[in-house]
Amino acid sequence: MSKTLFDKVWDSHVVRNIEDGPDVFFIDRHFIHEVTSPVAFVGLKSRGIGVMYPEKTFATADHNTPTWDQHLPVADPLSANQLEALATNAAEHGISHWGLGHRNNGIVHIVGPENGITLPGSTIVCGDSHTSTHGAFGAIAFGIGTSEVEMVLSTQCIMQPKPKKMRINVNGKLGFGVTPKDVALYIIAQQTTSGATGYFVEYAGDVFEDMTMEGRMTVCNLSIEMGARGGMIAPDEKTYEYIKGRKHTPKGVDWDRAMEYWKTLKTDDDAEFDVEFNYDASDIEPMITYGTNPGMGIGVTQSIPLAENVEGGVATYKKSLGYMKFNEGDDMIGKQVDYVFLGSCTNGRIEDFRAFCSIIEGRQKADNITAWLVPGSHKVVDQIKEEGLDKILDASGFVLREPGCSACLAMNDDKVPAGKLAVSTSNRNFEGRQGPGSRTLLASPLVAAATAVEGVVTDPRTLINA
Amino acid sequence: MAYDKFEVLTSTAYPLPIENVDTDQIIPARFLKATERKGFGDNFFRDWRYDSEGNPIADFPLNDSKYKGSKILVGGKNFGSGSSREHAAWSVYDFGLRCVISSFFADIFRNNCLNIGVLPVQVSTEFAQTLFDAIEADPNTEIKVDLPNQKVTLVATGESESFQINGYKKGNMLNGFDDIDYLQSMKEEIASFGETRPF
Repeated sequence: MSKTLFDKVWDSHVVRNIEDGPDVFFIDRHFIHEVTSPVAFVGLKSRGIGVMYPEKTFATADHNTPTWDQHLPVADPLSANQLEALATNAAEHGISHWGLGHRNNGIVHIVGPENGITLPGSTIVCGDSHTSTHGAFGAIAFGIGTSEVEMVLSTQCIMQPKPKKMRINVNGKLGFGVTPKDVALYIIAQQTTSGATGYFVEYAGDVFEDMTMEGRMTVCNLSIEMGARGGMIAPDEKTYEYIKGRKHTPKGVDWDRAMEYWKTLKTDDDAEFDVEFNYDASDIEPMITYGTNPGMGIGVTQSIPLAENVEGGVATYKKSLGYMKFNEGDDMIGKQVDYVFLGSCTNGRIEDFRAFCSIIEGRQKADNITAWLVPGSHKVVDQIKEEGLDKILDASGFVLREPGCSACLAMNDDKVPAGKLAVSTSNRNFEGRQGPGSRTLLASPLVAAATAVEGVVTDPRTLINA
Repeated sequence: MAYDKFEVLTSTAYPLPIENVDTDQIIPARFLKATERKGFGDNFFRDWRYDSEGNPIADFPLNDSKYKGSKILVGGKNFGSGSSREHAAWSVYDFGLRCVISSFFADIFRNNCLNIGVLPVQVSTEFAQTLFDAIEADPNTEIKVDLPNQKVTLVATGESESFQINGYKKGNMLNGFDDIDYLQSMKEEIASFGETRPF
């Protein structure tokens, strides 16, 4: 029978199919971090059970780590306590742990691929909804709750009904200044924040084939923002080239054997999806959000839609604009901004820093902007220095911080103050996401950079050095 | 973690007719720092229940004495979107709720609820509106959620609608079981399967 890429990977991981119930689903790789794992370990202890495959779980600290002076003790006692719990639990159960200061430390969805833990055809879970990032490699990867973290620790399985299948095709060539982030925000705006709920998405077409692995990670990362369980892209030569030789990637004969399998990982020509969407690359421009969910996005040159033209409840829409202190019909270009955040599992990789630098080079940070530039990992920091990007940032008045999730969810001290407006390369613009009362505009690193030097929302195409 | 069995629940309900309520509203990230499952009910909808000085916002439904003690929340479409934090479901449970009714749920939130003993009941948009209207007309409106018969009823008028839940999860909720009990019972089968995985 013809199968989709998703079918091939899912079906090969079903241990048992329960009639009128979920599949018992085997997990190849499990990432844990300090926020969603401690209670799972408490659960194991209270049941008196251990970790079945400690070598398949990888711990890294990221969600509430400071991004400044990481060599000092963590000041917030609650954060310190969670970090300590992660270290203790990992040590007690023989799980590898990349804590604060470790050179492999960084955001879980950035260090996984960097270290070759993320492989095509594998199943990957983590107590974090942006686990969908790893789908860029042709893996089935998605976020789970803490009860499920406990399941994976104790039995390497979770119980999940198989999601429905959606394919999103984007064909054609992306325009000047249009990045993978814009492609994702465009798709989410079309789908709304719940349009893909219940589905697992395969991204296909020219745009994703042409995209780098890092760009594919950005797109898959944001799958959850339209409600999808996850998103994936078929592995190709770029995928193999990216993973080859990394720390945990199979070597020698194991590599050859894996390659044979990986080459089968594509959707059969006559395989069927429950639903399919087609978009045209030329319709996509640099995007920005204006509301309080990631589906509320428009082209940066457009104005905020009128309530009467928006699907869904008017009261909810008006509440959202009220929170943002915006009016229907407002232009986004020219809005005065206070903060710019470059980073997160969505846009905290080297290509994002290169893009940012391509705009700010030879220009100065605007005086009204507080900029937080947070690389996703120490490896990203190393690469920034190797390429001399740190010097460009320095000359333009920007300061590089240390790796972590940072202002994406503001669990640490990187909080945007109440009422302040931030252009952020992260993934969520929910009320208070970047700090109580903070207002967030999601955008690409190019839009963030253009805004950082102009001080107001700016179309990066007006600044790109031709 | 074990939870109380869920069979038939009859209760008044808190109305929250706002769409796309995300997990950062249900429990803001700054309250996720515990290492034990304790105290999440206090911060349930923290930033909608309290102003920036920490004073309760009296007319927000969860603070409104008219609805106090309800065990059901009726929420707007796409309830629970966003993060995978199970803390959101814990805060629902710890606040004293056992059931959330909505015309549409976000996937991970629904799953987390089922894993900890909160029943997510998905109804049609029309029936959700009927419930909102009835609660608005009379805050003492009782709703009956009958899990064995998979039926939700507006007690005063008898208007009702069926809801879906898979047989396995239904059994768990009725008995207060969780998935780990099930998975533990098949560890040998899992171990043999694990042997076949290439990496």
